[in-house]
Amino acid sequence: MGAAQASIIGSDERKANREVAVVGRSVIFKIKRCDGPGKPWRWESFKVPTEPGSNVISSLNWIAANPVTASGKQTTPVVWDSSCLEEVCGACTMVINGRVRQSCSCLIDEYAPREGDEITLEPMEKFPVIRDLWVDRTRIFNALERVKAWVPIDGTYNLGPGPKESHDHQQMRYALSECMTCGCCVDACPQFSKQDDPKNWEGSFIGPQAISQARLFNEHDTGKQLKDERMDTLTGPGGIQDCGNSQNCVKVCPKGIPLTESIAAIGRSATIHTIKKFFTGK
Amino acid sequence: MTEQRVIVVGGGLAGLAASIRIAEAGVPVDLFSMVPVKRSHSVCAQGGINACNEVARQQGYSEYQHFDETLIGGDFLQDQHPVLEMTNWAPKIIDLLDRMGVPFNRSSEGYRDLRLFGGSLFKRTHFSGATTGQQLLYALDEQNRRFVSEGKVTEYNFWEFLYPITEGQGDNKRAVGIVAQDMRTMQIRSFRGDAVIMATGGCGLVFGKSTNSVICTGGAASRCYQAGAWYANAEMIQVHPTAIPGADKCRLMSESARGEGGRVWVPSKIGDTRKPKDIPENERYYILEERYPKYGNLVPRDIATREIFDVCVNEGMGVDGQNQVYLDLTHMDPDYLTEKLGGILDIYEKFAGQDPRFNPMKIFPAVHYSMGGMWTTYTPGNYQPDEPRAEHKPKGDIPVGTEIGQGLKEGAPNNAMTNITGLYAFGEVNFAYHGATRLGANALLSCIFDGICNGVSVVNYIRDENFKPVSETDQSVFDAATKVQQDKHDALLATTANGTGNKDNNPYQIAFEMGEIMNAQSTVVKTKAGLEKCLAKLDELSARYKNVELGDGAMWTNQSLSFTRTVGDMLILAEAIAKAGLLREESRGSHYRTDFPERDDDKFWKASIAKFNATTGKSDIEFVPVKAGLVKLRPRTYGKTAPEKTDTKTPEPANA
Repeated sequence: MGAAQASIIGSDERKANREVAVVGRSVIFKIKRCDGPGKPWRWESFKVPTEPGSNVISSLNWIAANPVTASGKQTTPVVWDSSCLEEVCGACTMVINGRVRQSCSCLIDEYAPREGDEITLEPMEKFPVIRDLWVDRTRIFNALERVKAWVPIDGTYNLGPGPKESHDHQQMRYALSECMTCGCCVDACPQFSKQDDPKNWEGSFIGPQAISQARLFNEHDTGKQLKDERMDTLTGPGGIQDCGNSQNCVKVCPKGIPLTESIAAIGRSATIHTIKKFFTGK
Repeated sequence: MTEQRVIVVGGGLAGLAASIRIAEAGVPVDLFSMVPVKRSHSVCAQGGINACNEVARQQGYSEYQHFDETLIGGDFLQDQHPVLEMTNWAPKIIDLLDRMGVPFNRSSEGYRDLRLFGGSLFKRTHFSGATTGQQLLYALDEQNRRFVSEGKVTEYNFWEFLYPITEGQGDNKRAVGIVAQDMRTMQIRSFRGDAVIMATGGCGLVFGKSTNSVICTGGAASRCYQAGAWYANAEMIQVHPTAIPGADKCRLMSESARGEGGRVWVPSKIGDTRKPKDIPENERYYILEERYPKYGNLVPRDIATREIFDVCVNEGMGVDGQNQVYLDLTHMDPDYLTEKLGGILDIYEKFAGQDPRFNPMKIFPAVHYSMGGMWTTYTPGNYQPDEPRAEHKPKGDIPVGTEIGQGLKEGAPNNAMTNITGLYAFGEVNFAYHGATRLGANALLSCIFDGICNGVSVVNYIRDENFKPVSETDQSVFDAATKVQQDKHDALLATTANGTGNKDNNPYQIAFEMGEIMNAQSTVVKTKAGLEKCLAKLDELSARYKNVELGDGAMWTNQSLSFTRTVGDMLILAEAIAKAGLLREESRGSHYRTDFPERDDDKFWKASIAKFNATTGKSDIEFVPVKAGLVKLRPRTYGKTAPEKTDTKTPEPANA
């Protein structure tokens, strides 16, 4: 990421920026673009006027309607992924000023308060680019399949309520269940490597989100029936042992999910699972 | 004979519930979605999901009362049998979701907790934190993933539905598949399906900025409508009174801010650019307090919505010349605000970038939900009373049991089917359950109900002994349909070269102007003059659209092309919405005509049905009587009186 890395700013600074943001200013969007898989990438800059409440999405919308670079060259609208724009779907994740986050909740006043300030947009690092800022995150959904992130119910017929659950336990599961599969945690994880070929997904680190989801379902009374199968995956190649404990995941998670606690909990389960397997041979 | 398959378009609650139910019955499913299904718009629902429950039941509530509430909530515009079936299923659906692992909030004893929601005197709303829709969607996504892993469901994520494929004409017309496009590679191809289920949600983007996700364009519904599917009660659009108008979309702001003492105002002088705190009291216009001295800021939500709208759109007094007013809490103790409203104030600060404890919030009503949608039919169930019943009171005699099959005949192949045989509409994209306005926390229910209950109907339809498998349909039918879409695509792509740079031809500009006029004339306050103006503007935009110029000629991942194509379909749907609003000369539910302020049951206890006229390119609209017979019509008052005689409209129940 290079130069962009230097401009990461903290939440206090962002708040301070808001207070001094100049009304009616224009800011520069420096965007890393690529026309498709295997194509070279390039930077393009756009001078974008701000309005009250401008965010990265509204700025990209403006560029789509006015696809001309800051130097006056006609270009194409920037391609990016988005859906809810309320930070609950996870689609619009990208690297903004060197840090991975959702673009819908990224306010221009916080990042570029003065005339001509620059904001850098790059696609997520750990996924193959489809075009411009849109990347293919199939791998993290596939990881959910690998850890069997579901409750194995008997079927959809009417069989009465699910298991009773304490208030505290529900609160714990709810916190884990807010995961949007946005990919921030894996993008920031030094152990999670970019793998364009799906054949290599199984052998390389599965990443924090899938580990935390495995915990979510191990914690459910019916879901725990698949615990052994989940732990087989997580104690195999690319499993829990590949975590390097950098703790980047928990720092970038937009939902504040206790990912490191999940990793620790699964780590303990992994130990028990391995010992159990040793003695039972199963 | 090759294996029969079902196509589901849309992976929100309705589409996923259908996919699961059908895959479980042993029929392979092809599931199409413009986003990975876990990112569908259902994630945005916050409030909860309604169902009768044991606590409420012991206090005198019942599934039947939930049914009665839903009808009065919808101002009696729904056909009644499907609503009865839905409310009877509601507790069963909650149990099912519970078994799937939804983290419903819990009481101290560990039972599912409940909250009070508008339109009922009983606690009947189940919830999971402040993200109930997200949690329900995830539970269904997880079950669906299980079927994907077993090879029973094939997901086509990032595929855009382009058109239904049909064979036969008139009453013999039936759906045999779809044409779809991979949004990445731009490949267009046909898919065979013995049945096709549309579960593509609402059409908020027709109104420009709404509370909907960017994928809620109504484009898919419009394409079915152009293919001959009827579109009913198009004019019934729910507007949420307090949303945060953002530069990209509108986000919900809970009404509790007003309940806790928030004051609504605008500067008295148009064009006043001072910061709000620099504007003295005597130069502020407290809209609701001055217009409704008795109720002040606590007027019912529909009145608040209309007055805020009036001040901005008609009188041009909106803050900064925009459609927005202040909702001011700054006169209150910040610590008290944090304690009472912490969560929602944080949402405001996150997206608006200002702390509402110290700066007045800016809010405006925003389009939120489409009660109308694709027309669907059904076979009524066992409950066929001799006389429709009067209003149901708590603890009252319950005339019908809660077994499956009372409202709808269980598994009847035509349940939730459109007028095109084999083409179904599930969830927000149909018109079936919410009438003229939707009760809060009934939307999630209707979506899942469609999938779980009516998914069985789809299976029965394709397994009927007289069913002619689509594998027998000649390939030429599919090739021809694909070619139509390929030609349309290529023609749009060719406009890139025109490049006159005329702003009138810019698809984003055309979409913007459509949103402006639809929002101004076809939402909160409608008049004959306004709707005629709206239709004339849509005509102008449609004419300009014929000369639309694409800004991107790429053959790979061309989002501009997808958007531009959809704008054309949105214009067609917008015309039906505005025209149905013009022809419905009454006020009912969310449809409010200042020139016809009363509900007119003699003329309009009817569904509007829009049929696309391929010759004119516009809608032909007829009104068809509502199928009632279970519950008698009654005025929609909720036991309250409006603050002024002129405001005969009754308060609407809360929705979220």
